[in-house]
Amino acid sequence: MSREGFSISLASPHAPGMDGVQKSGIAVFALAVLVMLVGLLGPVARNPDLFFYLGVVGSLVGLTVYTIRTYMKRPAGVQNNHIFTSSLTNRGLWGWALGIFLTGFYVVLYWGSDDIWNGSTLVLLFDPISRGLFNQPSDRWFLYSFIYTVSILIMGVRAIIKYRHSNYQIVRTCSIMFFQLGFAFLIPQFLKSMSQPEYYFSYFWPLDYDLLFPDSVDGLLSNGSLGLWMLIVSAVLTFVATPILTYFFGKRWYCSWVCGCGGLANTAGDPFRQLSDKSIKAWKVERWMIHAVLVFIIGLTILLWVNSYLVGGIFGTFSHSMTKIYAFLIGQAFAGVVGVGFYPLLGTRVWCRFGCPMAAYLGLLQKYFSRFRITTNGGQCISCGNCSTYCEMGIDVQAYAQRGENIVRASCVGCGICSTVCPRGVLNLENGATHTDRENNSPITFGNDGVGLNTGFEG
Amino acid sequence: MVSQKNIVIIGNGIAGITAARHIRKRSDHRITVISAETDHFFSRTALMYIYMGHMTYEHTKPYEDGFWEKNRIDLKRAYVSKVEPNANEVFLDTGEKLSYDELIIATGSASNRFGWPGQDLKGVQGLYSLQDLEAMEANTEGIGRAVVVGGGLIGIEMSEMLRSRNIPVTFLVRENSFWDTVLPPEESEMINRHIRSHHVDLRLKTELKEILPDGDGRVRAVLTGDNEEIPCEFVGLAVGVHPNIPFLKDAGIETDKGILVDGQLRTNVPNIYALGDCAQLREPRPERRSIEAVWYTGKMMGETVAATICGQPTDYDPGIWYNAAKFFDIEYQTYGNVSAALKPGEDSFYWESEDGLRSVRFVFESGSRAVLGVNAFGIRLRHRVCHDWIKQRTTVDAAVSELRRADFNPEFSTGFTKQVQSAFKQMKA
Repeated sequence: MSREGFSISLASPHAPGMDGVQKSGIAVFALAVLVMLVGLLGPVARNPDLFFYLGVVGSLVGLTVYTIRTYMKRPAGVQNNHIFTSSLTNRGLWGWALGIFLTGFYVVLYWGSDDIWNGSTLVLLFDPISRGLFNQPSDRWFLYSFIYTVSILIMGVRAIIKYRHSNYQIVRTCSIMFFQLGFAFLIPQFLKSMSQPEYYFSYFWPLDYDLLFPDSVDGLLSNGSLGLWMLIVSAVLTFVATPILTYFFGKRWYCSWVCGCGGLANTAGDPFRQLSDKSIKAWKVERWMIHAVLVFIIGLTILLWVNSYLVGGIFGTFSHSMTKIYAFLIGQAFAGVVGVGFYPLLGTRVWCRFGCPMAAYLGLLQKYFSRFRITTNGGQCISCGNCSTYCEMGIDVQAYAQRGENIVRASCVGCGICSTVCPRGVLNLENGATHTDRENNSPITFGNDGVGLNTGFEG
Repeated sequence: MVSQKNIVIIGNGIAGITAARHIRKRSDHRITVISAETDHFFSRTALMYIYMGHMTYEHTKPYEDGFWEKNRIDLKRAYVSKVEPNANEVFLDTGEKLSYDELIIATGSASNRFGWPGQDLKGVQGLYSLQDLEAMEANTEGIGRAVVVGGGLIGIEMSEMLRSRNIPVTFLVRENSFWDTVLPPEESEMINRHIRSHHVDLRLKTELKEILPDGDGRVRAVLTGDNEEIPCEFVGLAVGVHPNIPFLKDAGIETDKGILVDGQLRTNVPNIYALGDCAQLREPRPERRSIEAVWYTGKMMGETVAATICGQPTDYDPGIWYNAAKFFDIEYQTYGNVSAALKPGEDSFYWESEDGLRSVRFVFESGSRAVLGVNAFGIRLRHRVCHDWIKQRTTVDAAVSELRRADFNPEFSTGFTKQVQSAFKQMKA
């Protein structure tokens, strides 16, 4: 066991060999990447279509074929073999390399100058799809949206095949893919192409932190009735729909069914979900950080409105520099660079767990006013630790399960993987009849009649 | 207020650790846990997942390492070589000795070996401890074929482990069908099929006769009862376990197969208790065995002995039997009494899905139709509901009609209740 994480092989040395279909898929992928690279040297400018379809689409097709075949080779069931002996998924060489690559990509994306991006062959490579769908030239943000959406779609297919023994996972993954494709890609890009505000119906305050800032509100309102309508929809989603949906279903309706950040984590990030920090210390840090961000957002929003009302009288430009600091530290550095870049190092939900103000808001609702809980099945838990290991939010699920206790935690996004990987059928995501019957403190193993009777503990 | 006692626990498995935790919850006694296996408590049930790469050893520790100091539970890594009940002392292989006011023995099991020729060759092993897992890691490195002997829970787990590394496995099962001493024929047959679908060479009605060596004292092949030679470089012996108590020889503590204990888990020496796999009840409850090497009974015994030691003498009463396991991809749960063959006065209703991967069985009393036991394969049932059916002697008719209450499957699961109910109607018609 000393070799863990130090293997330099991409996959585990124990993994079964590849068959013809897998090899063909990888061959198509590799050739297409080569075509893409050649194109990026310059030829893309002369024939973007050729390089987009042969390079981009070709590589995606190859990868999809390989992935589907790999998971279909095994019968339906939990497929976590070799995860902790593979370098990519256990912070080995490939994990580090990918982490650094992703982090670097985000740095260049957010803070790279226009000189690098504008007119580059990389941006040009995506021109065919941008013009084809939205009749406008590609830019770095289109490129990012496209890659993000395609990652969710292809890795979503992988998740569906990998977890095909669980209908919950299939339905949930379809929902993620639907919301990303429709609400976070097609609709906003279409609105943009129609010279309307690039509005995301699946992101609202407080995740879309500047949505309620005076400037943003003014900006929306200046777009006439569509802007006003968007503003009303946002307010209703935040203050009416969110509490109601969370009461009935828990925060999962958003975090693991709709949200794009959660969507990426549960699809592209699925191979890294086991890397989340499970320590009690991490839990303590998490509670402070995530609520601090929420408080900061609320405070800043109020401050900006007071300032705007007083026409900059009290705070002057101070509040605007605060906004900039937030955008840099939280919106870009935290959510993007660390949140996604560090997938292969810290697991997939770093942003959702430590930084997302929407998750904080939903979490408070879930903890104190929701019917949602994960129930534990009597005394069947064998403390194996699979649930805790595969919890992307770093919840020590097993600590509750082995005591026969239900899990009611603000951070639980309801992805359902704990239940999916449990080898004894112990965990189940349930929406109860009320929110008051969730906590069941049962210190004695269910069915231990001797102790239960004599001590008055409820068995 | 009880005065502070000095409690020594031998064994840091689920039974010993549960006792320690509950004694701490209830008292300020001094607690020392001795183990030769690991520094910290880990979940033995997860050994297979370490081998398959689902987890690392660190993940199998249910409590963080700081937990023990925080709860003032002293951990000692040593092997107990002798217990001296007259002096209230235990002797460690380090030369140290510890005195105690109360001693809890929870040393678990050891793998069976039935005197086969060649059973001590290199590459031949059982699977019980962390050391066994480390040995298996080394013994299976780069091998071409493995043989697993013994058609029970550990045998199928070892087969699954080996298959995860694409090692061809021949699985020798002495019985007519997999685990047919416990499972009824239909369920047993379902698992036979499933084992084969995972490309395991399952050989039923096949005994191990001999393990053959190569020139270097390593296994080269096994010889079956029919004198067939199966070449292999690894042999997993999974033919059951027995209480791990050789260190108690001549200690004056009464033993049979295990350490004999009364209803309060006390040995013949009043301040010595035995728990978990190594304990043998002098008078087991009806329908229960005297030694039950299962995870949760170890837990229950730990809770029980903690109550007794902390001044609340308590009888061990494990209530209604239950258990669960997983055979490759098929989960198995059982509640109450479902025997391999129906007993006189029992009837049974069995439903199996068309794909042969899911089933439900109710065993009930012929006259009263009261539910005696439930088996579920590939389906998750709610423990509390099944428990209550059996305890309250609910009729099978009522239980089947309210089957939905017992459904513990994730949302959107393909409904099995309607299929079971219509099959039940057909059976009655």
